[in-house]
This record gives sequence, structure tokens and C-alpha cells, in this order.
Amino acid sequence: MQFEFERRVTPSRRVMLAVPFITIAITVVLSGIMLLIQGKSVGLTFYAFFIEPFESAYSISEIFLKFGPLLLIAQALAIGFRAKIWNIGAEGQMIMGAILAGSVPVYFTDSSSIFMLPAMIVLGALGGMAWASIAAFLKTQYNANEILVTLMLTSIALQILYYLLLGPWKDPMGFNFPQTVMFQDAALFPPIIFGFRLNYSLVIPILFTIFAWIYMEKRFGGFQLVVGGLAPQAATYAGFSSKGAVWKSLLIAGMAAGLAGMSEVAGPIGQLQRSVTSGYGYSAIIVAYLGALHPIGIIFAAFFLAVIHIGGDIALVSADLPISSVHIFQGLLLVTYLASYTFVNYRLKPNRANQEQMEGARS
Amino acid sequence: MNEDQSSLLSLRGLTKIYGSLIANDAVDLNVSPGSIHAVLGENGAGKSTLMKLAYGVVPPDAGEIYWEGEKVDHWNTSIARELGIGMVFQHFSLFETLSVVENIALTIKGTRKELIERINDVSAEYQLEIEPDAMVSSLSVGQRQRVEIIRCLLQDLKLLILDEPTSVLPPQHVRALFDALRKLQDNGVAILYISHKLEEIRELCDTATILRNGKVTGIIDPNKKTAHELATLMIGRDIPKIEQRQSANKSEAAVLKITNLSVTNPDPFGPELKDINLSVFGGEIVGIAGVSGNGQQELGRIISGEDLRKDLPKSAIEILGQSVTDKDVTSRRDLGFSFVPEERLGRGAVPPMSLNQNALLTAFKDGMLKNGFIQNNAVSKFTKKCIDDFKVKCSGTAATANSLSGGNLQKFLVGRELMLAPKFLFMSQPTWGVDVGAANEIRQKLIGLRESGVAILVISEELEELFEITDRIYVLRSGRLSPSLKTSDVTPDEIGEYMIGETREETAHAV
Amino acid sequence: MTPIEFFLAGTMSAATVFLLAALGELVAEKSGMLNLGVEGMMAVAAAVGFVVTYQTGNHFLGFAIAGIAGILVSLVFAVVSITFLANQVATGLAVGILGLGLSALIGKQHESLTITPPGTLNIPILSDIPFIGPVFFQQNIVVYLTILLAIAISFCLNKTRLGLAIRAAGENPKAAEALSYRVKMIRYGSVAFGGLLAGFAGAYASTIYTPLWADGMIAGRGWIAVALVVFGTWKTGRIFLGAYLFGMVSLGELVAQSLGIGIPSQLLSAMPFIVTIVVLAVISSNGARLKLHAPYALGETYDGSEPR
Repeated sequence: MQFEFERRVTPSRRVMLAVPFITIAITVVLSGIMLLIQGKSVGLTFYAFFIEPFESAYSISEIFLKFGPLLLIAQALAIGFRAKIWNIGAEGQMIMGAILAGSVPVYFTDSSSIFMLPAMIVLGALGGMAWASIAAFLKTQYNANEILVTLMLTSIALQILYYLLLGPWKDPMGFNFPQTVMFQDAALFPPIIFGFRLNYSLVIPILFTIFAWIYMEKRFGGFQLVVGGLAPQAATYAGFSSKGAVWKSLLIAGMAAGLAGMSEVAGPIGQLQRSVTSGYGYSAIIVAYLGALHPIGIIFAAFFLAVIHIGGDIALVSADLPISSVHIFQGLLLVTYLASYTFVNYRLKPNRANQEQMEGARS
Repeated sequence: MNEDQSSLLSLRGLTKIYGSLIANDAVDLNVSPGSIHAVLGENGAGKSTLMKLAYGVVPPDAGEIYWEGEKVDHWNTSIARELGIGMVFQHFSLFETLSVVENIALTIKGTRKELIERINDVSAEYQLEIEPDAMVSSLSVGQRQRVEIIRCLLQDLKLLILDEPTSVLPPQHVRALFDALRKLQDNGVAILYISHKLEEIRELCDTATILRNGKVTGIIDPNKKTAHELATLMIGRDIPKIEQRQSANKSEAAVLKITNLSVTNPDPFGPELKDINLSVFGGEIVGIAGVSGNGQQELGRIISGEDLRKDLPKSAIEILGQSVTDKDVTSRRDLGFSFVPEERLGRGAVPPMSLNQNALLTAFKDGMLKNGFIQNNAVSKFTKKCIDDFKVKCSGTAATANSLSGGNLQKFLVGRELMLAPKFLFMSQPTWGVDVGAANEIRQKLIGLRESGVAILVISEELEELFEITDRIYVLRSGRLSPSLKTSDVTPDEIGEYMIGETREETAHAV
Repeated sequence: MTPIEFFLAGTMSAATVFLLAALGELVAEKSGMLNLGVEGMMAVAAAVGFVVTYQTGNHFLGFAIAGIAGILVSLVFAVVSITFLANQVATGLAVGILGLGLSALIGKQHESLTITPPGTLNIPILSDIPFIGPVFFQQNIVVYLTILLAIAISFCLNKTRLGLAIRAAGENPKAAEALSYRVKMIRYGSVAFGGLLAGFAGAYASTIYTPLWADGMIAGRGWIAVALVVFGTWKTGRIFLGAYLFGMVSLGELVAQSLGIGIPSQLLSAMPFIVTIVVLAVISSNGARLKLHAPYALGETYDGSEPR
């Protein structure tokens, strides 16, 4: 018997809540199959992936270290995605945030001013916003597709970073490695617990989550963005500016990504180097979707993906799993999520025409 | 199995369910060879669904289809076409960026040259002139209909289905269409004709199957029934009449004044507005007649401010004596302007959003915001009042816009805009797809509003509607506006002449 | 070969990667499917093509299996966005992420290995013409075939019934369905064809153009191919020219080095992306022209439902 999708009059809330769990279950099964094909032990790998991250206080603190930037960027991207502004260049905005924030300790190597960190926070946010505003400007003035522009801008940001690391900002004592000097303490967030890398930058994503929730659930500005995403013509009819929506979405995302980049260089990395983003800009896209683009859902999704990242690192060692497995797992999550989400808006209905055919064939 | 051998197409007990809506409920329909058979019903009665089932566009959930007495399984469009059925859709199934002959080549086999020859033959025989190499995007709505009809005629045609074909035609062209259809009947082709217009069906058809709420309520000879009987079968009662009242005192100054407005169209296929002059006074209803696609959309967006052109002269658009040419939607609304667009879902309302949220969409200045925070109590109070006052049938303020029927959603939108106490109300196609009852309520509201001194502008394709409610009529054709015509002084045929651009005396009834 | 001959000949080779991928995307987009997973499809195919060619030494086999790999990845996109009706933009991104991960896994054992590229096919007589010969007629066979393919695709889209059907599905799927065209099947086919060509593009990149495997070697070329379709306003001829322009730009680094110009290499590496942004802005600013040529239903999910 064949089925066809029939649109529901109103989206099913029950299915909407179930989708993330179904997605994770299917993804786990699919990746289990892939592990079998690779000849890996499924049990051992999943143990390393999902259980080991919780076995030591250190790795739990590392989960929260990854949780921060994922949460921060995903919340901001989700706002844009709900307005159907496809900013997929958070990675580049993150790099620019890191570069601008990093300029402070690079140029004031010896300073121990208490204004160091605040200045880096401001510059980090501005760096991300400036980079995102190029895309916003080109979209609003020239109608240039923001997906392609933000992506290309990421590649350009990466080249700017490489240029600085290999040229003017290279650590003179760094044995020619492409990296800056290690930043002084005044340029770093203090750790929350001594001895762990987890630091007070976590405050930023938490505050931003509260902001995102209020903005999207209580504020007229958030409502306007959602209308623009669901029905652009209705937004124009109601007098909501579509250019405004582009600017708002991109500036919010640029700010968040810039702050995330800043938190990395002023946190666990402690300097500018080639891999300053850890791919958070891309992972955050998956977090945003898996959290159903909702501020509360995103908290759980960010935590889940943080566990995956730590689990992946552990599995790298204990189960000899290649690092690409984490990327595959993330890709599978998003693919499965998108397919599952269809059931929120559609229900399966037996296709009568085909059903008859089958019965006819049988009789 | 043995069906009535005399019928060409026979639908038995067809049922089609969309979600919770039973669009067709065990519908029977028999079309005899060579007859013109009408399917009559008001908007939302299930006529279009029935035609899609008959042509195989959608599969039925239950029921059987017979062709010349034989049951046909797995009915679909290719079988239907092979058997000799052609369909002219209400919203045409043509491809804008393809030429006429390319569109026809999509379904009819043959080389380009052969097709062009056959197109020319058929169009000569039925007097349906068309240029085979023209791009569909450059054709008027009436010409597009011709392309669809010709496409059907090029196949071995036994039954032609037409879905509301006259809704896009001026009166004169309706007659030409009817001539072509009668000629087809003479050549032995049966016609299945869908309409909600009683008069047309009495003029053209031999038999009519009447639908109400998805069910057949009668199979009759339309010429042997009175209008009252037909109406009762169609809507369960008489067609309601508008209570005409004396119009209020016209305001001294124009509420809307458009002067020498010319606008280029960024859409290369779209019409350009040329030298538009238009005024609407308080206490009158002004109509803009014309077939859609002649600049209605463009004019509507210019008046509402959705299409904002900053390069126009300042005097181009004035509302209540103020130039609004370079003012956005919000500033125009602040002056007391309200607008109900022709697309309800996706423009007038956000389909998956609740009525509460849809109220917030344009009524947000009505105390619904405090420092940018949404005041849910104020919103739901407004929504509740709108639902009650305008008799909107829905499951409550949390019902989504797309769960409402066309008529109820339109009542909600009209209610929302009227609750903002506008000084100038603009409605585009106020009763498109709206059931008779709701259409009547909406028209009655407009008349009541005129009495209180509001200026009202209505764009409509339905001439009957304009004659019923307006004081003055303009006709829009190819982006140009006719002179103002006093409704009581003109006939539908005269309006029709403006619609096709064949006015004998340009200023015959200009006021 | 003189440096200028070398540069122009290299342009043709570099352009072939862009052209193959962009032609595939063109066909998919003409049917209404915006597949943003080109980068991922190319990456997987590049890895598969390299591994197969390395193991067997057979370039033809490498290309064929890379093409199949491209189709398989494109079918993931097709299933999710056509059958499961998911948003095309998001699905394309997801498939892109998945593809990049898969390519790293597939190529893991072959990191930094190299193979010998196939020889060039020198066209008799023509290849002996000074200047013109070395530039145009001493290329490998894929370069020639890709040009023929571009002509064939242009002909198919504009002059044949199949092309008409593909365009119909991308213009107005509902109407096409009403004329008994199976829109979803047409779209599946077009997406798969796009996957095949993206697969060839990936294989060309990893086994002929730079015959070595390195993770991340596609380096944004899939995205440039997507942009090329917009640049070319969905016209084969213009996409062809665009691909050659980008072939030239991407060789800029080489030229600057050989001429000894002192530009930071990062600027040259970023050049294709900067050019993409600039051209995109210039082309897109004429909204009317884009609208004229873009498939009307591009990127819209077609669920086949009929409201009432």
C-alpha cells in the first residue's frame, strides 16, 4: 500500500515535540549501521559518545564550554531563520569577532588594564556585526543572495585570518607557527572553577538566550520577523519593512557570532590561531533546527550537540573513531530532522489510486 | 456494472475529503453526449473539486467513474485526455515563459510547423484568434483562456470542461465564448460548464446539476425553473438582496486623489499604469471595474503603499489633502486608511497564525503594544469582538487563519479593518471566493459605512457587484483608467466596451 | 609552452570543474529544485573518484563510480525535499554538511596521496597550430566532452520535449501535473542528473586537475558553481562564459607567483570569493532580469495538494 502526504489544517504540536527524539533515534540507528560497515564496535563507540562525557567532572565542564558558543550562535541564527534570512556565514562572523577582539591583546601585549576584556567584548561584537552587515547591505541594496554572500564572506574571513597569522600578527617567538602571542590574563575570562577551562563567558549565551526568548515570544519586533518569514506579502501589507528584517536578523547573528569568536580567543584558546572557530558556526545551524528554532528547544539542542562534540573527541581516542564521524553524525541529524519535521505539517494518507492497483494485481 | 448507456461521462458516488472538510459527498453526475451540462453552486460548494475529480487531477476517496457506460479504473488526467476530455481551468494551467505553441506542444504531439498550422485552422473555425508564437506572459487573461480552449480542441475532443470561464471576460466576450461553445455542441462535443451565475446557465445549458455543501441538491432543466427555485437549491434560500439606503452627503474635498500617476512595472510581464486620475470622496463608494491583470494589482499596491515609489511627483497620491506619495504603509494607515487585499491567505492574513496574531498584524496600534511588548489581553479582546460583531464562524481566537472558510476569513479581515474606524477604506475583490451569505453581509457593511461618511474604493471583477453598491465606476484596462462613470447612467454593456477598449464616444457618460 | 599558453590552457582545465557542476545545477534548478548541496556532492565524489582511481589505476572507472556517488548523495537531497517535502534550502545545506563529513571519512586512508593524471588528447592538425594548439587542443578528453555536454544540455532544454517538460516542472508544477506530467519524477531525474555532473566535477578536481586527495580540497568550488547559475541567469551560454572567467580567476595565484608580483597569497586565494560577491551583486541588482529568467517555482516545495 502506498501513502501520500496530506497537509494538516493546523500543525500538530504533539508531533512537533516528538520530532527531536525521533530524529535522534533514527540518527543513532543510521550511524550504528555506518559503524558496523566500518567494522567498529557499536557499543564501545556509543558508550564513548554518550556516556563517557558524563563520567568525569572535567569532561562535564568541557561540555558546558562547548555548550556556550553553540547556544549563543544558534539562538541568533534561529531568529534569522524564522524570518527566512539564511545567514549561513556565522563561521566568518565568528572569525571577524575573534580577530577584532584579538587585536586588543595583540597590540597591547603588556597591558593589564581592567578595560581590556570589556574592550574585547565590544570589539568582538562589532567585528561580527560589521562582517554580517556586508551581507545585509548587499542583500538590501543589490538583492544579492545572502546564502552565497555569507558563505563567500566566510572564506574571505578565513584568508584574512591566515594573512594576519602568517604576517603582521605572528608571534615572533612562536617558532614560525601561524599564531599570535598567548594572551595575558587581563585579556582572558576568569575560570568559573579553578583548574577547569570553563569560564565566565558562559554568562553571555545565557543572557542572550533570555533576550532571544523575550524578543521572539513577547516583543512586536520578533513577531514582525516571524510574519516576514511565514508570509512576506503579509508583512509588506502590514507595513513591516523587509529590509529592516534583513538588517535585524544579520546584525543580531553577527553580534552573537562575533561574541562567540571573542569568547573562544579570550577563553579556551587564549590566542588567535587557524582553527579559532572549531566549526561552531556550522554546528549552530544544526542546533537551531534541532531546537525547532525555538529559544527553549535550542537550549536542549545545544547541550546535545555539545555532548556529541565532547563524545567525538573521546571516541577519537578510546574507539579510534575518525573526527569526520562527528560531522557525519551532525549531517545525518539535520537530514533526518528535516524529513521528520514534515509530519508536523502533513499526515500520511493511504493513496487510494495505488491501493486499488495493488488490490487489482492481487485478485 | 451496466450503466445508463446513453451517458458519456458518469460519476457515481464520488467523495473527496480534505482534512475535516468533505468537499464532495457521494456526488452523482451524468453528462449526455452533445449536451451542455451545468454544475451550479455557490463559492465553496465543491464545484471545482468535482471538476478536478472528473478530469482526474485528484483521485477520489470513494466512488466510481464511467465513460460511455464502461467503468474506468485508476482514473487520471492522461486517461481522461486519451478518452477525449479537455479542461479549461479557472486559474490557467499555462506556462508564462513559454510561447503559445510550446504550451500546446506540452500535450499535443507534432512538429512545430504542424502545430502552428492546426492552431491557425482551429482558431479560424471557432473565431478564437491567437498568435501561435506569442509568449503567454504577453497575453491578456481572455487570450490565455483561448489558448487553453484551443489546446483542448486540438485533441480528439468529446467532452470539454470549463471552470467558471466567464469570470475573466467582459460581457461582449462572454457572448463570443458562448457562440464558440454552441458551435462545439453542433459538432457533437459535450460541455460540462461550471458556474455560480444563474443567468448564464439559463442562457447556455440544457441540464444543471446543483451542488450545495458538497452534495447534489437537484438535477434540473434550468429553463424550467424560476430564479427562486434555483436559488433555493443552490443556497437553501432566496439570494439575499442588499438593503439600499440613500447615500450620505458627499464630502467637500476628495479623501483620495490620484493625479496623473504613471508607474513603470519592474515585472517585465506586468502592465504599466499610465496617467491615472482618480478621486474618491467621503460618503461614496467608487468602483474600479475591469478584468484582472490590467493593472489592478499594481494600482492596489500603489494606493496601499506596499509598492512605494519615491520618484513620483509629490502630488501623485493624496489622502485627506495630504501628499502620501512617499509615505509608507504605516503612515498612510495613521491617516485613517484601511485596506483589504484580494489575496486573503498570505497577504491579508498569515495562514498558519492564529486569529489573535492576525489581528495584531494591522491593528497593533489599537492599544495592543506597550513599549514594544505585545499586550495579549488587548489582542484577544479585539479579536473576540471582531469575531462576534462580524459573525465569523471559527473555533475561537486561537483558530488559525487557514482553518477558516473563504467567506469567514474575509468577514474577519473586513471586521479587523473596520474596527480601526477608517476614514478611507479600500477593498480589492471583496467577494472573490466568498459564499453568497458572507458576500451579502460584506456588501451591506460597505453600504452602512458609506452612510457614516467613509470614502470607499472597491476594485472588483464582478460587474453585478459594482452595479449593486457603487455610486461611480471607473474601468481599468491595460493600465489606463477610463473617465469616471456614474453608475446609475451606464449599462453593463457600456462598461464592457471600456473593458475591451471599444468605446465609441470616449466621454459618453463621463461625470 | 609559454607562460601565457600555460595559463590559458590551465584556465580551460580549471573551468571544467566549475562548468560541470554548474551545468548539473542548472538542470536541477530548471526543474524547480534549488540544490545547495553541490559542495557536498562534489566532495564525496572527489574522494570516491580518487580512491577508486588510486586503487585500480583506471581513470574511467574512477569517474564512473564518482558519478554514481554524486547521484547517491543527490538522491538523499531528492528524497528529503521532494518526497518528504522539506525546505530545499535547509535540505541542501544538510546534505552539504553530510557530504563533507562523508568525504573526509572516505578519503581518510588516502590523505595526501597522489596519482598520475591521464594524458592529454591532442587533436590532430589543430593541436599543431602555434598558440591556439597548445591552449585549446592539447587538453584531456573531459575538457572537450564537457564543452559538448554544455551544447547538448542547451539543445535539450530549449529544443526538445524533455527539456520542455523539465522547464514546465520548474515554472508551474501544479499546471504540469494537471497536464499529466509527473512533476516529482521529473524533479528526481533532474536532481540526479545534477548529482551525476557534480560527481564528475568532483572526480575531475581530484583525479585530473589536482590529482591528489586532501580533505577539504573542493574548497568552495561547489558554491561558486551554484553562484554561476545565477550569474548566467539560467542560460547555458552565459554559464559557460562564467565558468571560464572563474577558471581564470582561480589561476590568479599561479600567475602572480610566476610573474613575481608581490601580492599576499591570501588575497589571491580569496579572489574567487570576492569576485563572486561582486558579480552576484551586479547581476542581482537588476531584479527584473533575474525574474525574467529564473524558473518561476524555483525553491518552492511542491506537495501536490489542492486546496479545496
